[in-house]
Amino acid sequence: MKINARNLYLVPYVLWIVLFVVAPILLILYYSFFDIEGHLSLVNYEKFFTPVYLKMALNSFWYAFLITAFTLLISYPTAYLLTKSRHKQLWLLLIILPTWINLLLKAYAFLGIFGTFGPANSFLEFIGIGQKQILFTDFSFLFVSTYIFIPFMILPIYNALEELDPVFIDAARDLGASRWTTFRRVVFPLTLDGVKSGCQAVFIPSLSLFMITRLIAGNRVITLGTAIEEHFLVTQDWGMGSAIAVFLIIAMVIIMILTGNRK
Amino acid sequence: MKRKWKLSNLYLIFVFIVLYAPIFYLMYYSFNKAGNMHDFTGFTWEWYKEVFHDTRLMIIVINTLVIALLASAISTVIGVMGALAIRFVKRRRTKNTLLSFNNVLIVSPDVIIGASFLILFTIAGIKLGFTSVLISHIAFCIPIVVLMVLPKLQEMSPTLIDAARDLGASQWDVLSKVILPYITPGIFAGFFMALTYSLDDFAVTFFVTGNGYSTLSVEIYSRARQGISLTINALSTLLFFFSIILVIGYYLINQRQARTNGMGVRK
Repeated sequence: MKINARNLYLVPYVLWIVLFVVAPILLILYYSFFDIEGHLSLVNYEKFFTPVYLKMALNSFWYAFLITAFTLLISYPTAYLLTKSRHKQLWLLLIILPTWINLLLKAYAFLGIFGTFGPANSFLEFIGIGQKQILFTDFSFLFVSTYIFIPFMILPIYNALEELDPVFIDAARDLGASRWTTFRRVVFPLTLDGVKSGCQAVFIPSLSLFMITRLIAGNRVITLGTAIEEHFLVTQDWGMGSAIAVFLIIAMVIIMILTGNRK
Repeated sequence: MKRKWKLSNLYLIFVFIVLYAPIFYLMYYSFNKAGNMHDFTGFTWEWYKEVFHDTRLMIIVINTLVIALLASAISTVIGVMGALAIRFVKRRRTKNTLLSFNNVLIVSPDVIIGASFLILFTIAGIKLGFTSVLISHIAFCIPIVVLMVLPKLQEMSPTLIDAARDLGASQWDVLSKVILPYITPGIFAGFFMALTYSLDDFAVTFFVTGNGYSTLSVEIYSRARQGISLTINALSTLLFFFSIILVIGYYLINQRQARTNGMGVRK
């Protein structure tokens, strides 16, 4: 009887795994071996290894790396200071709140801010640089993506810092470590898991954010995600789209192994 | 010490300004008479009126809310079951496998989820629209609920269950009177996270929505691609206040829970 109940919990969950986790991946893999006419072939993979697609993939990784680095640089100090502040629950909610605003709206706001007559350009003019084309450049893409991902980086780091037993810090300080040494040798290594999951939460989506590239970067920046969207919804070449998706999945697995938390 | 406190607070305040500036920028210009996002000429409610007179938009808002509430409710139920299943699985290997599968959809890029679900629905013959959107939202919300509930379950001492069983509680009693009350904060957190994800999702929905059916984010995307229109600003202001109300609600729930079992040791 006990076993029955246990299986009852398992049934819907395993069903979900089979239908929505395993099946979709297999379907992507399956479709990647079909060309646009529906014939079984490897043409999609051949196409992926042409310079056009390889360059696109490399570019995409480079952008994702930059976005992750910038986000981490801003988020770690923020998370650290948050754990030290009073009313941290409230502050944390204030960090989470912007993530409840649709990211398209945030991207849309930058259409105004970075626009020809927007405040960013007024500021540039004020300090004497003069009007510049900010929208539809690599810079605007990086800036907006970093902006959008900051909360997603702060949260895991914050949680890791909260879990950190303050006894370790006291011990390090008692044993004569300076503030910086304590941070470098104790706090940061112990919160590395949070940093890793933060990087995971930022890097993988930034490979695939087609809506930001479309809205903010015009068609200047093409990420893996943009290419997949293009093939699935515009050119209707599901095979090629799936082939790129397969590479994105492989990249994802590699990143997960690299940032995996071994416990 | 005093100066340091100030510096660190300055940094926090700076981050918060950066985080909120674009949002308030949007809201500020939603009252702009001039109809653009850079030249504030006068105050007007015009754009709000336009939002409320736009029946198509209103229907889309209702669609979005229905999808989000349904998806998060259903995924909470399945997610809690999943968490229970993972908790009660004896073999470590099985547990780890389940957990890895659970995490796949969380770390998967939205485009891949969207594209693969599109293939899935096409093959299964499910018409793109309400059903496909709802199913995909449920699907990607489940692992989030599991992750929010599981820590609570694991922190619960197994002796509690043993004690309940020894005292003659049935399987159902153990679940409804011991386990569920204990993990309620986790369930709420899971539900709210699912709600957030569902409301916030664009990419997956964009792939599986088909023609005719639309959620708010898809609609915003197609409008924003056409350029600046202050109805989007007005809409985002309304959405912002809606979010604040939700957050306050969530905060109050948390507060109440903290008070009822707040006797624990806390550093």
